[in-house]
Amino acid sequence: MSGLVASELSCIKRDRVLFDRLSFSLQSGQLVYLRGPNGAGKTSLLRILCGLSQPESGTITWQSQPLGEHWFKDLIYVGHKPGVNGALTAIENLAFWCRQHSVSVSLDHLYHVLAELGLVGMEDVPCRTLSAGQQRRVALSRLWLKSAKVWILDEPFTALDVKGVAQLEDKMKAHVDAGGAVLTTSHQALSERAGTVRFFDLEYRF
Amino acid sequence: MGGVFKRDLALAFRQKAELVQPLMFLVMVVTLFPLGVGPGPVTLQLIGPGVIWIAAILSSLMGMERLFRDDFADGSLEQLQLSGLPLYAVAAMKVLCHWLVTFIPLLILSPLLAMFLNLTVDMYIALVITLLLGTPLLSLVGAIAVGLTVGLQRGGVLLALLLIPVFIPLLIFATSAVDAAALQLPYRAQIAIIGAMLLIAMALAPAAIAYSLKVSQN
Repeated sequence: MSGLVASELSCIKRDRVLFDRLSFSLQSGQLVYLRGPNGAGKTSLLRILCGLSQPESGTITWQSQPLGEHWFKDLIYVGHKPGVNGALTAIENLAFWCRQHSVSVSLDHLYHVLAELGLVGMEDVPCRTLSAGQQRRVALSRLWLKSAKVWILDEPFTALDVKGVAQLEDKMKAHVDAGGAVLTTSHQALSERAGTVRFFDLEYRF
Repeated sequence: MGGVFKRDLALAFRQKAELVQPLMFLVMVVTLFPLGVGPGPVTLQLIGPGVIWIAAILSSLMGMERLFRDDFADGSLEQLQLSGLPLYAVAAMKVLCHWLVTFIPLLILSPLLAMFLNLTVDMYIALVITLLLGTPLLSLVGAIAVGLTVGLQRGGVLLALLLIPVFIPLLIFATSAVDAAALQLPYRAQIAIIGAMLLIAMALAPAAIAYSLKVSQN
């Protein structure tokens, strides 16, 4: 089976079973919305699916191969932590990120993307002076820069204003319509702009 | 990979205070000894190599956390791990950059410190050789411990407790080389042992750092 397929995943954190024998798949053209109460293991599941942390047991494959370099090429992960260094400017942060991820972009394009996200005039100031929402926008601008098939977004709407939320939902819909796949969590419901959504529920286990 | 290196250098020069503080600490510790132990030239020459090395180890511990702390806290490390770049190479680059910005200034300052402590030219040459071979070892081994403790709150003291015992052999051989130089004796054996430790660390530490960072993400 192609796409991202996880089977029989178990995760134990501090002697508590977060999930056990969980199976999950993400195919192209899907927007999956992971729901669950605080502490249900949403972030843990996302990190395991990314390949950042290891499950207690179970396997994950991408295009029928275990996660490896070909998976990282097709993945953009935006986590709780923005991955934006406060001492560097937005442009520097993104330029270094693009270089690390082997994405070749011109400086003009970086300015263009930041402008699209409403960060005109903020490109050259250290990111620590930006507001939380602006930093979130810098982190999310990766979605505009790297062409990856799968987006894994952990609470992407945190600190975004209404306009920012709408813009991100449009972007997600465009990505899914173009054959991409999105896996996201959020505590606020997605609006209709985001297109068809498949829900995946995690329950809190004791 | 060059990107990782350039980014770390840019960050280091953006946060100059963090670079200068350990160095100031080192200079102050070294200047305290003549005041505390007594300024007799013979005494100073006797304790000089040990003082410089101990001060170097302690000051390196102060700056060591910088290696991964910020990148871990703001999530840059996650992004690096998902970049598809081999993590051991990333780790090696970061350590190289850390060594350059922490210990090259120390080497530049070393003639001054040697003069403070009345070291002879022979002793100074031996000291510089031991510093050149020994300080990369501090960075490499230190990075493993930083990788392991980066996820902990207040890992600073734990870091020192983990690392100081590991650095004891290096301290013994480095100071013994300088002592031998003071007596005009050959000190190749000590240098060879430090060199061997450095080669082993260069071969194994990057993989160990990569593994420790993965463990910290779990």
